This record gives sequence, structure tokens and C-alpha cells, in this order.
Amino acid sequence: MSSIALERYRRNYLNISYTARSWLLTTDHKRIAILYMISVTLFFVLGGIAAMMFRLELLTPETNLVRPETYNKLFTIHGIIMVWFFLIPSIPSILGNFLIPLMIGARDLAFPRLNLASWYIFMLGGLFTFIAVITGGVDTGWTFYTPYSSIYSNSAVVAAIVGVFVTGFSSIFTGLNFIITIHKKRAPGMTWSRLPLFVWAHYATSLILVLATPVLAITLGLIALERVFGIGIFDPTRGGDPVLFEHLFWFYSHPAVYIMILPGMGVVTEIISTFSRRRIFGYTFVAAASLAIAVIGFLVWGHHMFVAGESAYAGAVFSGLSFLVAIPSAVKVFNWTATMYKGDISFDTPMLYALGFIWLFTIGGLTGLFVASLAIDVHVHDTYFVVAHFHYIMVGSAVMAYLGGIHYWWPKISGRMYPEGWGKTAALLIFMGFNLTFFPQFILGYLGMPRRYATYPPEFQVLNVMSTAGASILAAGYILPLLYLLWSLVNGPLASDNPWKASGLEWQTSSPPPPENFGKIPQVTFEAYTFPVEQN
Amino acid sequence: MAQSVAKPVEHLELGEREDIELNSLGMWVYLASEIMFFGVLFTAYIVYRHAYPQVFAEASKFLDTRIGSINTLLLLSSSFTVALGVNATQRGERRLSLMLLAITVILGLGFLGLKFLEYSHEIENNLFPGGSFNYPGTNPDQAKLFFSLYFVMTGMHALHMVVGIAFVSTVGFLTWQQWITPQRYAPVELAALFWHFVDIVWIFIFPLLYLVA
Amino acid sequence: MEPEIIPRSRYVFVYIGLVVLLAATIFASTFDLGVFNTAIAVTIAVAKALLVALFFMHIWGSTQLTRIFAVMGIFWLALLIGLTLTDYLTRLGGG
Repeated sequence: MSSIALERYRRNYLNISYTARSWLLTTDHKRIAILYMISVTLFFVLGGIAAMMFRLELLTPETNLVRPETYNKLFTIHGIIMVWFFLIPSIPSILGNFLIPLMIGARDLAFPRLNLASWYIFMLGGLFTFIAVITGGVDTGWTFYTPYSSIYSNSAVVAAIVGVFVTGFSSIFTGLNFIITIHKKRAPGMTWSRLPLFVWAHYATSLILVLATPVLAITLGLIALERVFGIGIFDPTRGGDPVLFEHLFWFYSHPAVYIMILPGMGVVTEIISTFSRRRIFGYTFVAAASLAIAVIGFLVWGHHMFVAGESAYAGAVFSGLSFLVAIPSAVKVFNWTATMYKGDISFDTPMLYALGFIWLFTIGGLTGLFVASLAIDVHVHDTYFVVAHFHYIMVGSAVMAYLGGIHYWWPKISGRMYPEGWGKTAALLIFMGFNLTFFPQFILGYLGMPRRYATYPPEFQVLNVMSTAGASILAAGYILPLLYLLWSLVNGPLASDNPWKASGLEWQTSSPPPPENFGKIPQVTFEAYTFPVEQN
Repeated sequence: MAQSVAKPVEHLELGEREDIELNSLGMWVYLASEIMFFGVLFTAYIVYRHAYPQVFAEASKFLDTRIGSINTLLLLSSSFTVALGVNATQRGERRLSLMLLAITVILGLGFLGLKFLEYSHEIENNLFPGGSFNYPGTNPDQAKLFFSLYFVMTGMHALHMVVGIAFVSTVGFLTWQQWITPQRYAPVELAALFWHFVDIVWIFIFPLLYLVA
Repeated sequence: MEPEIIPRSRYVFVYIGLVVLLAATIFASTFDLGVFNTAIAVTIAVAKALLVALFFMHIWGSTQLTRIFAVMGIFWLALLIGLTLTDYLTRLGGG
């Protein structure tokens, strides 16, 4: 018993100092991860409120809650915040930041000060976006398509663009930091083939962050220049081509989906291995699949533009390339399944999230094949079918993985256990609420309901009511973890160093870890996912 | 190894040499990012030049090739001096290094000065694609695309020059303060890498914009 | 792994090479060679960029990893330009 009492006073990264200064000027990757966690959660709440408002509007076919212009601003701000201020930073900047140095046996990232700067840049970008919201909002959709965004829209486009532009640099610096860290800061014996697959996934993600983000930044920058100075690169009245904007935008924004999903896959891989108590099946293939997804993800952007005026030849090329992404994605799903086969499976909360992830990712991925087919896409383009498809990937899969990861590493992050019963309840609520929200949207889209309208024909009402009802359940499911995780900070039982008997290096240091992560840099002598793990 | 006493941290296990390699690798990854940043503009350039080759050739004649050439020479020379500056730092020749970094900054400022002169001529002649755009040649609409690209590409480049000058001035200051030593010169190396990159961008901008005709 | 200190003469040679190439590109631009105008200008630009990257930025003699990162950006830029052109080069009616 006395050891547990001692535990409480053990020096760790949280209790080393309590001043605001020690948080705001920290270069400790773990504390920066917490800063990100707080700010990203706030953005998630904002984006969620916007979603809830337009879902309520969609209860009825007519507009009776908000005006159509307001509706446009709501879905735009929902998109901008959820994409750039929640999904992109969520897993990499929180879990990746916290865990990569712990997993590879390092004391910190390669550039700790740059890491802190990334957070400040992120917040600055958030500030601009917030300014855009309070100075009238933006109504272009998160895609900022020209010429509407550059010539016609009267809303705060420039402020929103500056927000996204600035945040982009935060992404680039984070990606750069991870790449160099993974190359240069691994502990002795931590070879590439011993890296946890979470780290591999983040390596692949970082490549995308570094190589795609600048393209978005300058492309959106060009819209701002057009609005401010009249420098019209995409202006069709001058012979410019708005489709070129779409090319450049999707060169970033398609790989951006893999920025959201790859880290999620990394999280799920860790969870499945731990709760099946087996080495991950086909380690090499899962690692290679991460890189393959990152690279192939750059070759498919034109499938967003089948009906936008790109040439039929380009459409065929992009359609064909898009199917290739299915291969490494399927490799991952099969390997997770094979890992569980004959495994000693336990259904703790993180595992529920991981299983939910596989389910939703499979639906999202398979419907991705529909929309990647030229002919079917002509029918479902810009309908709720597409909305449902990408929410299965970006919300269903990515958020499930994020929450699964938060629960799985919560003992390490906070030093406390969350209440298991509540955890399972929330996981089930989220899974059910999610499917009820978005499955009807597949049907709506297939029946022809276009996205981004505040009104719809009355025959679509039943499915829309189902969707809104699902969104309420989903909201409840998201609020629950927020409450009980905060509660557990004070009231949760103290966590042991390795409550899941997991195999990674991060579990070999104390919970929560000391500021320098490891008393002595570990010498790695074992392969990743070696079970059973001896308790020490 | 003795029992570990937890120390706060940076580069606990790393020598300074490793540090320089680590930092320059970071800069290379950042430069990959920068390549994509400028790459978008070059992509747009290729697409529009392919669409309107004659217009681009004609519009290009309105740029001042003389200033463009002198500026190219200034930048190539500044790359030379900054490279020698790093070299001098490695050799521990502090005064020489300081002088070379100063020359680099002066050449950079010279570039910006000439660029400013060039811009003001062009704006006077209503070639800036804003409200008062008035192009004397044929196809003014599509020529506007050329000038839009010209101002964005050279403008972004000039912004990078400003950053580069600030960067080199800072490491010059650090050299003067004797913070930089032959064992600890990563900032000089990084500033030089950045400077060379900005030079390379100009190496492509110059023929593609000025020498189309 | 001490980095070797490169003799100053190498930088001088590279600089002379750069200036000669600059003179060549300006000189070449005074002739009208049709499609070769751009080809020559871009070839010379690539040569200049290579000189700067290899010798001023020390790719020559650098580690494998540095070289991979240096090529990475160029490779991805090629993807961007190449796949964008699959559209623009196959549009009916041009433009």
C-alpha cells in the first residue's frame, strides 16, 4: 500500500511545477501535447455546436431555425474547424507528440522549441479563424472553391484563409519534427523493424504534412491575394482556370484525409495487439502499407473533380489510381483481423473503439470505391452519399481511433484510470449514434439529396429526422468522455505503470512519466509487440 | 554506466557534431516543403504558359531584363559569399566569416533595392494586375495572368529574401558575439542552406519570367 | 564524423561556373531558336541549381539521408506537375 501512496508523490511531468509560465513556455513534448489536447477539444466543441445547429435545421424540409445564408456559414465553419483545428492536429499533435519520444526511447522530440512554436502558431491560426467567425462568418464551404470564394462571396474569406494558412505552418513544423525525431532520436537497439506501428504511421503522416500542406497554404494564399489586390490567378474572366484551383486544393486535401486516418490506424494497431495479446500479424506489411497509403494518396486527387471539368482522360487515370489505395487499406484491415484470430481478446473500452473503427472504416472504405468509380460518381457527386462516405472515414474512423487512443493512454497521460463502465457506455453510444446519423445519409444521397442546402423535398424528411436523432445520441456520446475523464483526474484510481500489460517502451516508464521520460535511456533488445510482458 | 540521475534534457546523449547534422537534416525537410510551396506557382505558370504561349512571350518583353540579370548576378555572388562564410566559420576564421556574412547581407539588400525600383517602374506603367491595370500590348486579359504570376512569384521570393537577410544578419550577430564557434555553427549552416535555396528559386524564376521572348 | 573542410578554391570554381552559365543564358536568349529557347533556358537553370545544391549546399559528400530529403521535394513536385498536366494536356479544345 505504501508504494501506491509513494506513487502519488513521485516526481512526474505534471507535478514538477504548477505555474502558468511552466506550461506556456514548456518545451516538454508531453506538456505540449496537453496544451494541444485542451485547445483541440475546445475547437471540437465549437465545430460540434455548429453541426448540431444545422442538423436541427434539417429536421424539417423548410428553413425555420436559421436563414439559408446562416446555414451556409454554419456548415462552412463546421468544416473548417473540424478539418484543420480538430482532425488534422488531433492524433498527431496530441498522441503523437506525447508518445513518439516515449515509444522510441527518446527524451524529447528532435526540436523541442520548434514543437512549442508549432502550438503557438496553431493557436494564432485558430485566432484568425475565430475572428472570421465573429466578423460575419464564411460561406464558401471548407473547400473555398473559386470563383465564388475569390470574386463573389461577401463573407470573411480572407480572415479564414489567413487562419488556415498560419495553421498550415504548425502542421509542417510538427511533421518535420516527427520525421527528424524518428530518424535520429531512436534509442540504441530500436531499429526500424522494431518501431511500434504507431510510429510508422506517424512517419508516413509526417511526410504528407510536410509535402502537402505548403501546397494548400499558397493556393489559399492566392485567393486572398485575388481578393485583396486583384491578382487573379484563377479568374475565369481573364482566361484563368478555376479548375486549376481545384487541382491544387485537392493535391493537399485528398492526402489530408490520410493525415487524419493514418495516425488513427496507428492507434488501432497498438490497441488491437495489446488487447488480443498477440504480436501484430504481418508487421512488415502493416508498416509498408502506411507508407504506401501516404504515397498513393498523392496520386488520386483528381477523383474529386470528375464532374468539375477535368478531361475525361484525367478522370480515367485518377479513377484507376484511386482504386489502388484500397489495397494497402485492405492489407491493414486483414492484418488486424488476423491478429485477433486465436488471440486472447479482452473487450476493454479502447478495444471497443478499435473494433468500432474497423467496422466504420470498412464501410467508409468500401463506399470510397463507389465514389472513385467514374460512372457512379457522376450520380452521387455532391450528394449526401459523399457526405456520409467521408464522415465514415473522418468522423467514424478517425474520431473513434482518437477516443480509443485517449482511453488507452489515459493512464499514462494522467496517471489515473478512467471509469470502465462509463467508458464502455460512451463507446457504444458513439457507435450507435454515429451509424444512425450517417447511414441514412447514404440512402439520402443515393436518392439524390444534394449536400449544402438548407431545404429539401418533404419526402426526405424521415431519413433526415433519423440522422438528426442520431446526431443527438452522438453528441451525448462525445460529452460523456469529456465529463468522466475530467472526473477521473481527481477521483480515478491511480494507474500502475503498465495497466494493460502492453509491450511498448512507453509502458516501461512510470505513469505519468518523469519530465525526462526515462531515468536512463533504454537499450532495446526485443521486437515490437512481444507478449507476454513480464511485470516488473 | 553509473546509475542515472535524471537531468533535464536536451541533447543529453548527443555530441555537438550530431547536433549540426540533426539541424541541417531538419532544414532539408523544411526545404522540401518550400519546394512544394513555390512548386504550386511554377505549376500554375506551366499550365497558363501552355495555354497562352504567345501572350506570355509578348508580356515578358515588358519586364526589365537588365535589372533581372544584374539581380541574378547579385544573388549568385551572395550564395558564393555565404558559402565561403560557412567555410570560414568551420576554419575558425571569425573576422573573415563576419565580413563574408556582411557582404551577403549587403548583396541581398542590393537585390531588394533593385527589385523595389523595378516594381515601382512597373506599377507606374500600370502593369500591376490590380485596379489600374493597363497593358499596352494585345490580349490584356491573359497578359494579366502573366503579370499576376510575375508579381506573386517574385513577391514570394522577395519575402523569402527578407527572411533570409534577417536570418543571415542574426547569425552574423551571433558570430560577432562569439556565440558561434567552429564546434557550434549549426545556425550559420542553416542560414546558408536557406539562402542557397532562395537563390535556386530565383535561378528558375529569372529565365522563365524574363527570358521567355 | 568531422565534416571535411572544403578548400576555398572549389567555391571559386563553382562561382565562376555559375557566372559563365548566367552569361550563357542571357546570350542564348538574344537568339530566336523557337521551341529550343525554353529548353536551353531551363537546362541552364537546372545546371546552375545543381551547382549550387551539390557544392554550396554540400549535397556532394553528404549523407544518404540528406540526399533523399533533397530529392523528396523535387519528386513530389514532379507528381504535382505531372498529374496536373494529365488533365491540361488532354483537354479537348485546349485551354
